[in-house]
Amino acid sequence: MTKVAGTKADEAAIRVEGLHKSFGDLEVLKGIDFTVSPGEVVCVIGPSGSGKSTLLRCVNLLEEPTAGTVALSGTELTDPDVDIDRVRRRIGMVFQSFNLFPHLSALDNLTIAQRRVLGRTKDEAKRIGRANLLRVGVSEKESAYPAQLSGGQQQRVAIARALSMDPELMLFDEPTSALDPELVGDVLAVMRRLADEGMTMMVVTHEMSFAREVADRVVFMDGGVIVEEGSPSRVIGDPQHQRTRTFLSRVLDPAAAEVTEDGEPPA
Amino acid sequence: MSMSRRQRTRTVRGVQYGVLALVVAAVAFGANWGEIRRAFFDLDVAQAQFPDIITTALVNTVVYTLLGFGFGLALGLILALMRLSSVPPYRWLAIGYIEFFRGVPALLVFIALGFGVPIAFQVVINQYVTVMLALGLVGAAYMAETIRAGIQAVPKGQVEAARSLGMSQGRAMRSIVIPQAFRIVLPPLTNELILLTKDSSLVYLLGLSLGQYELAKFGRDALNENRSLTPILVAGLCYLIITLPLGHLVRRLEARTAKAR
Repeated sequence: MTKVAGTKADEAAIRVEGLHKSFGDLEVLKGIDFTVSPGEVVCVIGPSGSGKSTLLRCVNLLEEPTAGTVALSGTELTDPDVDIDRVRRRIGMVFQSFNLFPHLSALDNLTIAQRRVLGRTKDEAKRIGRANLLRVGVSEKESAYPAQLSGGQQQRVAIARALSMDPELMLFDEPTSALDPELVGDVLAVMRRLADEGMTMMVVTHEMSFAREVADRVVFMDGGVIVEEGSPSRVIGDPQHQRTRTFLSRVLDPAAAEVTEDGEPPA
Repeated sequence: MSMSRRQRTRTVRGVQYGVLALVVAAVAFGANWGEIRRAFFDLDVAQAQFPDIITTALVNTVVYTLLGFGFGLALGLILALMRLSSVPPYRWLAIGYIEFFRGVPALLVFIALGFGVPIAFQVVINQYVTVMLALGLVGAAYMAETIRAGIQAVPKGQVEAARSLGMSQGRAMRSIVIPQAFRIVLPPLTNELILLTKDSSLVYLLGLSLGQYELAKFGRDALNENRSLTPILVAGLCYLIITLPLGHLVRRLEARTAKAR
């Protein structure tokens, strides 16, 4: 019998079923079922320690799930026969702390995986890298090293690095949490444009306005489970669960801890 | 009798300078300067060392050191990777090697390689190969620990970023971790090069032909010839020609690393 390991027809870009993850005795994910459709932008929100980053990291197997399956367009990542390196190149990942390679210039950060993983020629990798630096608005910094860039520029280079691999979907793990407030806007603008271009995106974020305006669906997690999910206007604007309401009131207006009718923080 | 703080400070400092002056005076008057000058600073003897001490001995010292350093660095990298391997026997082998070669004197390793191996196996090993092996085997043990620390100092996020771009574990190691680790360990590795420069003096054990003399052996031979310590002093200064710039380099590298953090 010949079969391609772990592959079956599946329309979902990401399908997570019965996902559990424990670190020692600590169970961080307690059974997650979850799909992302192609072209969909899903924002995952929730208090710190709720397991949202762990969920995201399980999607490209940076964390090995304790139980359950993760499938990407029908390819089951959790199948031990699947070459994870081949699957990961289809998934772009953006980290909270950027994780640019400090010994390489911005452009070399973009070309190294293209050349070493995809086998592109130097010229081709540079051409694609430059196009992506232009796309995120830092093309004038191509020969700068990460230490010479602002946090916002570093994160945009990191996004361009992921995009240079022509990923099918992008994972963002709190991409603006490490940034000074005045630099957040540039990064969110790049992400918004990416969403408008139809990229499939899963974003763990605390930026409620971004979630409300850009997400097709918002997922609220707490205590290792998905508490509720739905359209942004429903989950953020009209949350059904008390835990969601408590969280949102804290995030949207930490000082007043009070939310108005439509979920807008009081002006 | 009570002293003010200022008086006390002045008194203590006065005593310190007094002791220093006494020691200097004792050395100045007590030493036999004529004898010392003849022994250490015989200009005729010093001049006779040149140019051979540079063109042969200094060059050979550098060549031996670089041979040992190159081999030691390669072996040290392999040992460091073994030390970090997830396969336990590799770790045990690396730890055993490191503990052994850090624990035994380099002198013994030279004797074992220079005389033990040729006798035991009835082989003639090229002298340069012997030097490379002996210096490298010992240096590798130290460099392995240094490189391991450097690899572990590279943040975990670097590997995660590399892996999430589709790089394999090995590729991430080669392209991302090791280049950064070497930046981190450049200062301690340069220190290792300084130590090896001095250890290269052990080559004399192997019984060298004239053209293979390095600095220490060269100085010792000239010492016997001239019945003067001057050649030893000149040889010592030649070592400093190599090691002082390296020491300066280490300090600059350390300053650069400190600034980058």
